[in-house]
Amino acid sequence: MSWTKTNNRYNEDKIFEACSLFGMMNLKGERFSSKDPVRAIANMHDRGNGLGGGFAIYGLYPDYKEYYALHVMYMDADAKRRTESLLKENFDIHVDEEIPTEEANVRNPPILRRYFVEPRKRRLEGQHPDDYIRENVMRINTQTGKAFVFSSGKDMGVFKGVGFPEDIAQYFCLEEYRGYMWICHGRFPTNTPGWWGGAHPFNILDWTVVHNGEISSYGTNRRCLEMYGYRCTMQTDTEVLAYAFDLLIRRHSLPIEVVTQVLAPPFWTEVDEEPPRRRHLLTALRQTYSSLLMNGPFTIIVAHRGEMIGLTDRIKLRPLSAGVKGNFLYLSSEEAPIHLVAPNPDRTWRPCGGKPVVGRVEDQRVKELLVSGMSR
Amino acid sequence: MKSYLEPEYVVDRDDDRCTRCKACVDQCTYEAHYYNPEDGRVYSRDEKCVNCHRCVVFCPTQAITIRRNSSAYAANYNWTQEAIRDVKKQAETGGVVITGMGCDKPHYTYWDRLLLNASQVTNPSIDPLREPMELRTFLGAKPDRLELDVEDEDVVLKTELPPQVCVETPILFSAVSYGATSFNVHEALARAAAEYGTLFNTGEGGLDWRLYKHGDHIIVQVASGRFGVHPDYLNIGAAIEIKIGQGAKPGIGGHLPGEKVGPEISRTRMIPVGTDAFSPAPQHDIYSIEDLRQLIYALKEATDYTKPVSVKIAAVHNSAAIASGMVRAGADIIALDGVRGGTGAAPKVCRDNVGIPIELALASVDQRLRDEGIRNKVSIIAGGGIRSSADAVKAIALGADAVYIATAALVAMGCTVCQRCYTGKCPWGIATTDPEISKRLDPDVAAKRLMNLLQAWSWEIKEMMGGMGINAIESLRGNRLHLRGVGLTDTELRVLGVKMAGE
Repeated sequence: MSWTKTNNRYNEDKIFEACSLFGMMNLKGERFSSKDPVRAIANMHDRGNGLGGGFAIYGLYPDYKEYYALHVMYMDADAKRRTESLLKENFDIHVDEEIPTEEANVRNPPILRRYFVEPRKRRLEGQHPDDYIRENVMRINTQTGKAFVFSSGKDMGVFKGVGFPEDIAQYFCLEEYRGYMWICHGRFPTNTPGWWGGAHPFNILDWTVVHNGEISSYGTNRRCLEMYGYRCTMQTDTEVLAYAFDLLIRRHSLPIEVVTQVLAPPFWTEVDEEPPRRRHLLTALRQTYSSLLMNGPFTIIVAHRGEMIGLTDRIKLRPLSAGVKGNFLYLSSEEAPIHLVAPNPDRTWRPCGGKPVVGRVEDQRVKELLVSGMSR
Repeated sequence: MKSYLEPEYVVDRDDDRCTRCKACVDQCTYEAHYYNPEDGRVYSRDEKCVNCHRCVVFCPTQAITIRRNSSAYAANYNWTQEAIRDVKKQAETGGVVITGMGCDKPHYTYWDRLLLNASQVTNPSIDPLREPMELRTFLGAKPDRLELDVEDEDVVLKTELPPQVCVETPILFSAVSYGATSFNVHEALARAAAEYGTLFNTGEGGLDWRLYKHGDHIIVQVASGRFGVHPDYLNIGAAIEIKIGQGAKPGIGGHLPGEKVGPEISRTRMIPVGTDAFSPAPQHDIYSIEDLRQLIYALKEATDYTKPVSVKIAAVHNSAAIASGMVRAGADIIALDGVRGGTGAAPKVCRDNVGIPIELALASVDQRLRDEGIRNKVSIIAGGGIRSSADAVKAIALGADAVYIATAALVAMGCTVCQRCYTGKCPWGIATTDPEISKRLDPDVAAKRLMNLLQAWSWEIKEMMGGMGINAIESLRGNRLHLRGVGLTDTELRVLGVKMAGE
């Protein structure tokens, strides 16, 4: 089946304002193939325009799970040469290989390599390896302007580029891979050029974000994150989401439920009605992290090891559906793909604006969170 | 000595419309109108007219028009009418030319060369009539991060935040001192601030005890003269502000003439009736940044660390470095006052030539604090030249947390910016402490007019935010991507941190 030949009765130049998001996880942590995720995202073909597609797969590299898997794109050989000398200097590289690809309908692919690495011990100097990786990723991504680390976690990987998601899946031979959680994105770029680095998902370390929408607070968010050492290099507003999660969860140790209240806080009229302790907490959160409030329309699916979170902006200007069938949790821009890959689901629902849906592998709280996600 | 100065304005009276009611004669505190009982007609002394429009508004038959004197000196780009007049004034008096209000020169206003963004297609605009639109703002130092604990499935806050003060709109009334203005002005400002949920700044002349009940909505100022500063005063306010400088006269002190110091002002300022109140140019205990730190902490000690302390400076060439020092000295709020900021009295040469525009100072201070990673440790209030809600929105997008307005507030109460505040005879009853004249300002009416202004601007801010697809004011703060410049050089764009329109 050729996914790209989908009939568009509005002709190819008809503009749809949309992106497609799909996330699928096995709540028991069992790995599964690309078949369902790719079918689901392809079903929302018309929400993208062929200028970006991508996948994040968790549980991807069990044989190398103690190493950071760096996926790097190089726009030219010079950038590759310069970056690789930096990599050799700072990391012990256990595997250095081309990312396998095959013929597909994609445009101008860059040089794509992956490295399984660990930080050079003597260079760490007491620094947490994650911080070391983050600093080096930032450094590479700003140094040449032609080399981008687009995936840097352990036992996970991002594959993305310019093309429809189904073409990207074919290009990267995703049918060869298995994972317990797949995050997929079809892109309709509007405010940034459709280039390989700009495709979703965005990743830093263990954290991955796919995003539909346009963040109107981008200028504020970016300048706030810059104060914490993040450099936004990808020419897209989604990047700030990934960095915000990294800052709030990894560096500031906030629970995910709290982080969603930072990104999409309740309105003051709601906060004022809360009991004193909760009001105090919500007020302090908003006072402290007001510059990380994500304003404007968005739906995001965020993933990290063993966890998948769906969230919309607080007035839900972008769609999000959720569904459960057996051990699988589904998050999707539209409900139809859920029914496509999981006929007769146990249940489906539409989460309220600003209220997160959280799924966790092997965690009794999963269901509670799902229930609260539904009941609100 | 015969004065060579000609009248600046000419009073044009339509004698057919004039009913000889003498309202103009009563209203003009400068005695520019007089009634001649011999022929039963009203005449004018043009040389006394300041163009305040009090008579124009109060003439029941619209018989009066004030015109600029069309008899002008020979046209000359260098030797303007103003330049020639000022030299003649000084030749006749040997004194400094004094003026009131802010700089009136055209070459400083960047607001007019900055344009705002709006959502189209990819991002929906939000209708503030249908959707929540939040303006609530907290002023005060914010921590770098919050520490939380989870106890019994409940998230518990471990971090104690420094004191914060909440305003329901990011528009605050800037310092207008008691003595420069009357009790009625203070009462109207305090009541409007309290009713709308914002703040009023006392200025340097203390606070009349009758207004203590509005303390939660008052910033009490501590300036170089230390007038009216005592423990109750410090503790009654929501915040304390140390005034280092003022945009209208950076580096210059103040002087309240003794004739304005009546019994009530005497009691509030804690000085004898009829004495001149001098505010020294510097605070005589602040000759360095470490001295500032001592005063900040003296005030924090005096108020048991319950209130944010603001430090107000005039926007000057190295504001950014000074601001950084102020944050490190413990300031919770930085108030920046631009060159167009108003005053009751200032040497005209200082008003028009000293200091820099608020837009440039604000942009560089905000960026500097971010570069140093300390922007969250302080709130920035920008003032000195905010004329409209659009100016306020642009200031917030450049990096301010809130704006100070004083001239706009006075205009709302009746002021026409005639620039004669220093005479003490303000016909609108604002810049005066004369008991008879100040009665003209009815605090009920003035408070209502101020409330209306706050409401109108707040609505307009919500409309502009909604247009940009933003429903919380904090998402606009420092969001310079929503600004574009027109008619600016590359250097100006760089300092402002904004792109050229079309880019």
